[in-house]
Amino acid sequence: MTLSMLNLMPALPEIFVLSLACVVLLVEAFSKKPAWSYTLTQVTLVGAGVITLLTAGEAKVYAFNGMFVDDLMADVLKLVSYAAAVIAVAYSRSYLKDREMFRGEYFALVLFAVLGMMVMISASHFLTLYMGLELLSLSLYTLVALQRDSKVASEAAMKYFVLGALASGFLLYGMSILYGMTGSLHLTEVVEAIALNNTALLAFGLVFVVAGLAFKLGVAPFHMWVPDIYHGAPSAVTLFIGSAPKLAAFAIVMRLLVDGLHPAVEHWQQMLAIMAVLSLAIGNLAAIMQTNIKRMLAYSTIAHMGFLLLGILADSYAGYSAAMFYVITYAITSLGAFGMVVYLSRAGFEAENLEDFKGLNAKHPWLAAIMAMLMFSMAGLPPFVGFYAKLTVLQALIGTGWLWLAVAAVFFSLIGAFYYLRVVKTLYFDVPHASDLAPSGEGDVRALLSLNGLGVLLLGLAPQPLLALCAYAIQVSIQ
Amino acid sequence: MIGLSHYLVLGAILFAIGVFGIFLNRKNVIILLMAIELMLLAVNMNFVAFSHYLGDTAGQIFVFFILTVAAAEAAIGLAILIVLFRNMRTIDVNDLDHLKG
Repeated sequence: MTLSMLNLMPALPEIFVLSLACVVLLVEAFSKKPAWSYTLTQVTLVGAGVITLLTAGEAKVYAFNGMFVDDLMADVLKLVSYAAAVIAVAYSRSYLKDREMFRGEYFALVLFAVLGMMVMISASHFLTLYMGLELLSLSLYTLVALQRDSKVASEAAMKYFVLGALASGFLLYGMSILYGMTGSLHLTEVVEAIALNNTALLAFGLVFVVAGLAFKLGVAPFHMWVPDIYHGAPSAVTLFIGSAPKLAAFAIVMRLLVDGLHPAVEHWQQMLAIMAVLSLAIGNLAAIMQTNIKRMLAYSTIAHMGFLLLGILADSYAGYSAAMFYVITYAITSLGAFGMVVYLSRAGFEAENLEDFKGLNAKHPWLAAIMAMLMFSMAGLPPFVGFYAKLTVLQALIGTGWLWLAVAAVFFSLIGAFYYLRVVKTLYFDVPHASDLAPSGEGDVRALLSLNGLGVLLLGLAPQPLLALCAYAIQVSIQ
Repeated sequence: MIGLSHYLVLGAILFAIGVFGIFLNRKNVIILLMAIELMLLAVNMNFVAFSHYLGDTAGQIFVFFILTVAAAEAAIGLAILIVLFRNMRTIDVNDLDHLKG
């Protein structure tokens, strides 16, 4: 092996983020000004975005002897991840300051989490996939536990840690079986070996891999951790967990199941179908009973991830690109919704109960309007982007003959519309709560939040460019 | 003669003990951490057995990485455990019930 075989160029954004994450750690150690770490984090993410944009291309380039792949799907998902991280960090600024968490640790951990996502998105080998996943997961466990004096946060961190480690164990066990069956850890070689020799033991390994992935995605019946972690974590961390990592989770499902295990499609399709229906049912029904908005949004995430699986299991280019569109738009919408929770919280007060949002319209009509737009989008009402996301997934499903699944998805979405619309009712028609909300954020955060809400509307009015980009990225990236 | 299948069965048994340890244990969080470690070691056993059987070293290299990550994971798990104990004055799994809805 020579150094030229390594071909470091495709991994340039990763190398950049890694170096600057280490610099953030050092800056924190030597200067006592967290504002520097904040600025440096944002610069790093934007810089990584520029590098990714400049090196983006249609061609599929392998690096590190085929362990790492850079294709258009990876570039698009990485760019959205950076954007989500930039927005999440900006939203969190004053929330963190109020709670004495505005320190370098937060920023370094966010950057390492982003690096983990980037490695997951570009993995084409079991080892890179596992390393990326663990880098992301370990950073997230720590982020949840960052509020050291909070009982619920430390409990959430412990639960997240144990269930996350269990999921990694399942995934690894599945990988070890697949390795034994195929004799390779490279996804490109695994797919060839499976095509030749599709045995029962392979299905056994596949079950473990799918269970591990389902844990990480947070779909039923492996969803138990999602509500507890979303609820217990500091809102600023929930905001981060609820957005960018979903893109990475989508990417590893695509890499493992579609790139690596496509010859076994009839095995995993059935499993995904069952999990998708269960998630839609459990997510939408349980969300109705919640009084805590973070918990409600957590159940809504479970339902949305079920929808995402529907797109993947349709097993066509249309289905994959619909799922990609779905996950990107979901990340944007979820950023806005959790961003609002963070924005309305202030020192000593968490705006996390539905009650706290009562009559928001009377005092802050613009914020109420943004929140209403986000809720309409999540419910899937036109002309917001959530409608097109659901529509393209359903079209892809019907296109490959999964009519009963499409009917079930529409049925549960209708039930789901109830609790989203209840939030809108709370905002507009309820008597304002005694503890009035005083948004703590600065003007730029308010502008960003407005942009986020309007983006959901704008993407809904003109979904075509993003839809076309997703379709094209999938077409050139998936064989 | 001890063959591949013996190692795989042993790996499966260890993995099952680890999984059951997580779900059945209701007393102590430290036992959960031990169960997680056992699961990862069972996977290592599988990888090494397959690697030897296939005559391919990649599996054994994977094991090094799993061991390293498991060490990092244990460090973070114990750190979270300490934070938890400071806040709750207990590490009983049954007492982790503040988050419900």
